[in-house]
Amino acid sequence: MDIPAIAQHEQSLKFRALRNQVLASNLANADTPNYKARDFDFGAAMKSARNETIRMTATSALHSQGVGQSDFNTRMLYRVPHQPTLDGNTVETDVEQAKFAENALQYRASLAFLDGQIRSIKFALRGGD
Amino acid sequence: MSLFNVFDVAGSAMNAQSVRMNVTASNLANAGSVNGDPDKVYRARQPVFSSFSQSLADQSGLAGVRLDGIVESAAPLQKLYQPDHPDADADGNVYASNVNTVEEMVNMISASRSYKNNIEMVNTTKDLLMQTLSLGR
Repeated sequence: MDIPAIAQHEQSLKFRALRNQVLASNLANADTPNYKARDFDFGAAMKSARNETIRMTATSALHSQGVGQSDFNTRMLYRVPHQPTLDGNTVETDVEQAKFAENALQYRASLAFLDGQIRSIKFALRGGD
Repeated sequence: MSLFNVFDVAGSAMNAQSVRMNVTASNLANAGSVNGDPDKVYRARQPVFSSFSQSLADQSGLAGVRLDGIVESAAPLQKLYQPDHPDADADGNVYASNVNTVEEMVNMISASRSYKNNIEMVNTTKDLLMQTLSLGR
């Protein structure tokens, strides 16, 4: 059974949801003076989560390891704007909208993969019915 | 679940934008008002936005919009010589409000676009949440 794949997509969903929140904050503050748009590196977040797998205490070599992964620990970064603004706001609505749409799509992709995994496990459990 | 936070963020932004729309409406409604006393003339108002909690934004990127207050424009008033006006002062002058209609129209368009943006954001996030809830069905 391919449980690690589920853990991977779970992590990816978590980061996508977090990024959705960050990008939503950017769009919400599109008219706030001196607001600096934020984002984080999704790839780096996934990598650091993969590298820091939580190990379970095993008293026998036969014990299987879990697939739990550590929490979010990537730094929030500031977006570098393409054009300067008079009020010090660095939100570029079109850029943020594109990123928001992309992120939502990636979230849906992860959901679809997860759904597929769950479906195939269910299929196996029912004995291919 | 961080997707739920989007509703709060978008809600605060929509609230701020609707206040901006209200202020713009008041400004446009009072654009032509005159008064003999320069202290009593309607002055253009503008809402001031700021973002919620810098420390929260550093941690999680979460930042709602807060309304800091409404400021009155300090732009000079236009003095009109209208001795027949019932409100005219001793010299026959009345003062017109300093609302800039063009500026207000631009403000209105900008506020409505931002409001729509936030609604779209909520719709997309709601969609994602609904799909997550039906996972594995």
